[in-house]
Amino acid sequence: MKRQIPLIIAFICGIGMIIQFFIPHPVSQKTYEEVLHWQIIVGIFMMIIAVRSLCVVHIDKIRRKKEGWGYSFITLFALAFTAFVGIAFGMGEEFLISDLYQYIMVPMQSTMFSLLAFYMASAAYRAFKARTAQATLLLVVALVVMFGRVPVGERLVPWLPRVIEWILMYPNMAAQRGILLGVGLGMIATSLKIILGIERGYLGGG
Amino acid sequence: MSYNPWVWFAAFLTLCTFSFLWRDNPFYKFAEHLFVGVSVGYTISILYHNSFMPRVWEPIVTNHQYYVLLPTLLGLLAFAIFFKKISWLIRYPIAFIMGSTCGISIPRSFEGYIFKHTQSTITAISPGLPPFLLISNIIMVIGVITTLLYFYFSLEHKGVMGKVANVGIWYIMLAFGASFGYTVMARVSLLIGRLQFLLHDWLGVIK
Amino acid sequence: MNIWEKMMDIDRRWIYLLVGICVLIPLIRPVGLPTFTTPYTQALFDYIDKIPPDGPAILISFDFDPATAPELLPMAQAILRHCFFKDINVLCLGLYPTYIGMIDMALSNVKDDYEAKSGEDFVFLPYVPGVTAVMLSIGEDIKRTFGRDYYGVPLDSLPMMRHIRNYDDIALVLSISGTQLPREWAVLVGTTYHVRVGVGTTAVSAAEFYTFLQTGQFVGMLGGLKGAAEYENLIHAKGYTKKDTRKVASMGMDAQSFVHMLMIVLIVIGNIAYFNIRKKKAR
Repeated sequence: MKRQIPLIIAFICGIGMIIQFFIPHPVSQKTYEEVLHWQIIVGIFMMIIAVRSLCVVHIDKIRRKKEGWGYSFITLFALAFTAFVGIAFGMGEEFLISDLYQYIMVPMQSTMFSLLAFYMASAAYRAFKARTAQATLLLVVALVVMFGRVPVGERLVPWLPRVIEWILMYPNMAAQRGILLGVGLGMIATSLKIILGIERGYLGGG
Repeated sequence: MSYNPWVWFAAFLTLCTFSFLWRDNPFYKFAEHLFVGVSVGYTISILYHNSFMPRVWEPIVTNHQYYVLLPTLLGLLAFAIFFKKISWLIRYPIAFIMGSTCGISIPRSFEGYIFKHTQSTITAISPGLPPFLLISNIIMVIGVITTLLYFYFSLEHKGVMGKVANVGIWYIMLAFGASFGYTVMARVSLLIGRLQFLLHDWLGVIK
Repeated sequence: MNIWEKMMDIDRRWIYLLVGICVLIPLIRPVGLPTFTTPYTQALFDYIDKIPPDGPAILISFDFDPATAPELLPMAQAILRHCFFKDINVLCLGLYPTYIGMIDMALSNVKDDYEAKSGEDFVFLPYVPGVTAVMLSIGEDIKRTFGRDYYGVPLDSLPMMRHIRNYDDIALVLSISGTQLPREWAVLVGTTYHVRVGVGTTAVSAAEFYTFLQTGQFVGMLGGLKGAAEYENLIHAKGYTKKDTRKVASMGMDAQSFVHMLMIVLIVIGNIAYFNIRKKKAR
């Protein structure tokens, strides 16, 4: 019951959907539609569980008075307040929830990621070195792309954008495709392992 | 300068986050924790209005479409995680989602990733192409094969195999270089966006 | 400690300051250098430009959140302007909850300039969980997948949705994203339903999507802030925008030039220092 039934469910659903792909019959099509519909509804409940995990972490932090536990109050209060505002008053650009998104989430998240521009400059200065021939190639291509992909580079060396397009479209694309084929095969192999019950990590312990 | 208090608050949060460049500090921590809470609260609101009400509540309670009860019951099993004794029941909906998603993706991945890209690689070299394009395509095909062989570890990278794999590394390094050049652009764009907000939306000193 | 060693030992905050200055100066005093239009931006523009007014719709999947908004929001807005000017019907979709707010922002910034109306010129689809399930389910029946629009209005009652049932009625799926979702659109949806897919992506992901351009799985691509600036220039040149429309991405390209030059100088200095220090150690 605890492990075998989930493995059987995964097997039947997986094999069923693979077979379905090759059968263009209305019954097969209807089954496919229903499975997608079920996935959406089950997905709603799985999302609720994801939200629960975050609350548990912060409540635990407060209960045990771990370092920085005071900040967890801010998280939980902001969570409860935003959820209340959204559920009670509704969604849409004229509602408060839209302001919370635009003036709290947007500045915070985009600023956090913009910090990477500073770190990248500092890291490139210290660590981006032509130590070997291959590292030199990496460095030279990076410099060429950096120079030729901005207006000043395009203005100073008018033929450079075309050279960069060629680099991106042929040698770069070749390596990216090699990696992509590997990733694609890996994804298919992992999916098969899940369907056949070889990969069981998603079931968790117990 | 903006008179909108929300813009001022957003500017304050932006500066709080930038303060991390100096060192970790309470302003940054406050902003970080506030962000996490608001984003999860926002997710809950969206889930409630966009998903739960129209997809579960209304079909069952208002429209009496009782067939929705079946996937709903399967979804409700996820709540078993709240009760230690029956927490394993969450595996049922997970197994359904994992199994069906894998089944759906396998044939499509074969077609979209493997067949399509292999076909485009093979057919790139065909007679009648202009010489420059033909040479470019030959360079591309060599790159695909050598990169793939670089990731083939069942054979030791020695002798001919070693040399071929080495060519693969050169291609990979070139691709990483191009990606790095582009990554700089991406990160700088984010910074530009934030400074545009401060200078235009908040202070109004630029157009 | 010689000069090179001292230079490598510099406090990182001086570099941060230089980066900040290089962004600030061109924003305050713009140079306004033009941007070269890449062939894949042009291809996407041409493809959208040829869609007949009130013909098949475009599905824009806003696959991004505020983390990449400075790059991708200008892109999304430029494409919305193009569509609204040409009376191309637009379906706006977000596959994760935090992506929904981006649609809200893009629409509120653009729709009034073209008097675009919900249900007539665009439909804002609500968030529905299950990323791949949603992508594929649209191919079966879009009304069953979503039921209502984001504002709670039944899709059946919207004039724009009268002739849109599934991907057969959609001319292009455009995934604007900093994630791997454009790949999923091409592989899962493009393969199954044979709908054309386009991509607007962050500069980070641009290099890896070239392989999908060569196979024809993407009709075109906008790469990073540069791609957004190119698209802004294209629609501006065609007169699809109002005179006072802010070209947010184009305005950022000067700053982009300055910081790239700074980065190049820093990397070159770093390498000269590295070789000098290595030479000294070898002695």
